[in-house]
Amino acid sequence: MNGLIQFVRFAQGSAAIVLRGSRQYWTWVGLLLLVIATGVAAYTNQLTHGLIVSNMRDPMSWGFYIGNFAFFVGVAAAAVILVVPAYVYQWGPIREVVLLGEIMAISAIIMCMLFVAVDVGRPDRLWHLFPGVGLPNFPSSILVWDILVLNAYFAVNFFVVTYIVFKSYMGQPYKPEFVYPIVFLSIPLAIGIHTVTAFLFMGLKSRPFWNTAILAPRFISSAFCSGPALMIIIFRVLRAVSPIPISNAALRKIGELLGYAMAANLFFLGCEVFEQFYAPTRHTIHAEFQWFGLQEHGIAVYTWFALVCNSAAFLIFGISRLRDRINVLTVGCVLAVAGVFIEKGLGLLLPGLTPDMLGEVYRYAPSLNEVLVAAGVWSIGALFFTLMARVAMAITLGEFRYQQK
Amino acid sequence: MSDDDRRRLSPEGASRRKFLRTVVAGAAGAAGVGAAVSGEGVDWEALLQKNFREMSREELDAVLRRLEKKYSKRYGKDVKVSATGPLEGVVYGYGLDVSRCIGCRKCVYACVDENNQSRDPQIQWIRVLEFERERVERGFVMEDGNPYYDHEQVPAPGKVYLPVSCQHCEDSPCTAVCPTGATWTEPDGIVVIDYDWCIGCRYCMAACPYGARKFNWGDPSVPDADINPNMHLLGNRPRSRGVVEKCSFCIQRVRDGQYPACLEACPVGARKFGNLLDPNSEIRYLLENKRTFVLRAELDTRPKFFYFWGTA
Repeated sequence: MNGLIQFVRFAQGSAAIVLRGSRQYWTWVGLLLLVIATGVAAYTNQLTHGLIVSNMRDPMSWGFYIGNFAFFVGVAAAAVILVVPAYVYQWGPIREVVLLGEIMAISAIIMCMLFVAVDVGRPDRLWHLFPGVGLPNFPSSILVWDILVLNAYFAVNFFVVTYIVFKSYMGQPYKPEFVYPIVFLSIPLAIGIHTVTAFLFMGLKSRPFWNTAILAPRFISSAFCSGPALMIIIFRVLRAVSPIPISNAALRKIGELLGYAMAANLFFLGCEVFEQFYAPTRHTIHAEFQWFGLQEHGIAVYTWFALVCNSAAFLIFGISRLRDRINVLTVGCVLAVAGVFIEKGLGLLLPGLTPDMLGEVYRYAPSLNEVLVAAGVWSIGALFFTLMARVAMAITLGEFRYQQK
Repeated sequence: MSDDDRRRLSPEGASRRKFLRTVVAGAAGAAGVGAAVSGEGVDWEALLQKNFREMSREELDAVLRRLEKKYSKRYGKDVKVSATGPLEGVVYGYGLDVSRCIGCRKCVYACVDENNQSRDPQIQWIRVLEFERERVERGFVMEDGNPYYDHEQVPAPGKVYLPVSCQHCEDSPCTAVCPTGATWTEPDGIVVIDYDWCIGCRYCMAACPYGARKFNWGDPSVPDADINPNMHLLGNRPRSRGVVEKCSFCIQRVRDGQYPACLEACPVGARKFGNLLDPNSEIRYLLENKRTFVLRAELDTRPKFFYFWGTA
């Protein structure tokens, strides 16, 4: 009972904290709310007229939404790159930031769910997916598997973060025997969400571009690029706007890990390119579309741009003299996020579905309405992160503690 | 086989599900999502409707009557919606003579008329590809085909035509990936969709190796006068926005012993249809005596739609 009262007070205190902030804080939150409102308006337009307001059509039946979904699953999975050194090796500098990494994972999962939800034609029927009320096609449909692992991963991270934050609010150490089993569970789950999301595409024998065994390893290697890179960017922002202690040592360590991840990512890409172009078959037409555009070069420019971003990021992460300069490291992170966002977003979707099964080349680019809806989803994710991080940081900084009345 | 013998899914969980479903769907309805999506106000019965395979005979009848009333009012004619079940000892197979097909697209438009396909935005379940005769000698590679050919007269010299629609695969990738069990294979081999259960995720469209599945990106529209009032629940009855549709072998016709509309429309007799289990059927004759082939044989989806070179 006592614990419940304490938790209620914690929740009330958290609400008070997120409603209190500098002008900078409110400008940021206001901006996010504005973009969310625009996104809601765009989504209402989509509900009113149907997905015809997108540029998706039968030959390109998945687009920007599903591309974003694949990208943010990667961002979510990458929390594990902090969890391992923090909890397993008890490495101090990372331990300070692991909570923020897990909060980022939670926010990313929220975005993933929303990107699937806005993509379906009949959101009023989403309950058909739920066990008990609906008729989930388990174990046959990988989409059902994906929903299961994403929810489990969300639950695990949400629980760990809430528990640890609440304990530090109470000024008590957390119980390792309680936290560790759950944290260890999050490691295979992080790999799991990414593997299953890759299987979603890999499992389609109709799509030779995706039907490759290297897709899951590629998903994981690129996730370990985009997630930690995004973290470093966010940490630098947080350091600039608050007195939160995030050491350069932690950032450099993450930067070093990024070097290995990007090396693996580029190597896997090279393997794919070799297989496609050294021994070309009629299936190579998808890779030809990706790299050379089949007459029109729009997508090819996009593909090569991603390669340049990723290669430059690799040089920065791999050369310690560059990586150790925090500003240069941050540039590398921006390049890596941009490169992976292309590679795993539309860079995966477009050549996978084009030309379509009857050979038609439909050149897709998202409509304004799709971009506005997506921006709304990004802002919802960013708002969740902001609010959760604000509470966690207030506790870390000792501004928010349980007081006996 | 009667409707009651239809293969059903776990009826034991039905009452528990019914309760939970009321709660969840009620919440969704209260949120007005259904209203916004259908654009017709909240239709509670439609919102709470079960998957076709879980309905009892009575529930199914209630759905059929409700839809008949709704469609009759909407289109101003006497609409009949049936759910005629599969016939005993029948598995349908289709044959298409590539050497006869002249690419006139009469099948495409007969299909549109028969199956109430949206005129605007345009949805067509059959797509006819035009190939160079000499390229085809090395097999049909879809990227070589042109669906947008537009000649004064067909067949154009030196061309071959390949109409493609749902291949009704034995091992259908689309039904395997559907997350809600909204599409499945009937005992007579027809791959069907429950349009009231489909959530519109389009995973089946990514999985289909034949581009057979079409999505209702906008509100489908068919002029009242053109509506075919002889409907089947799993076939040609009107679809809503946001769901997937495709060829059903004209389920409303073939289960009544008629040929599919595309076959009857074909002016050159290139289309054949029959019972694969009947050794005396025309389709069996073709399989045994002609050089038949299936599309994308290497994927092992085992289509029940066979192409053959009848004369050349």
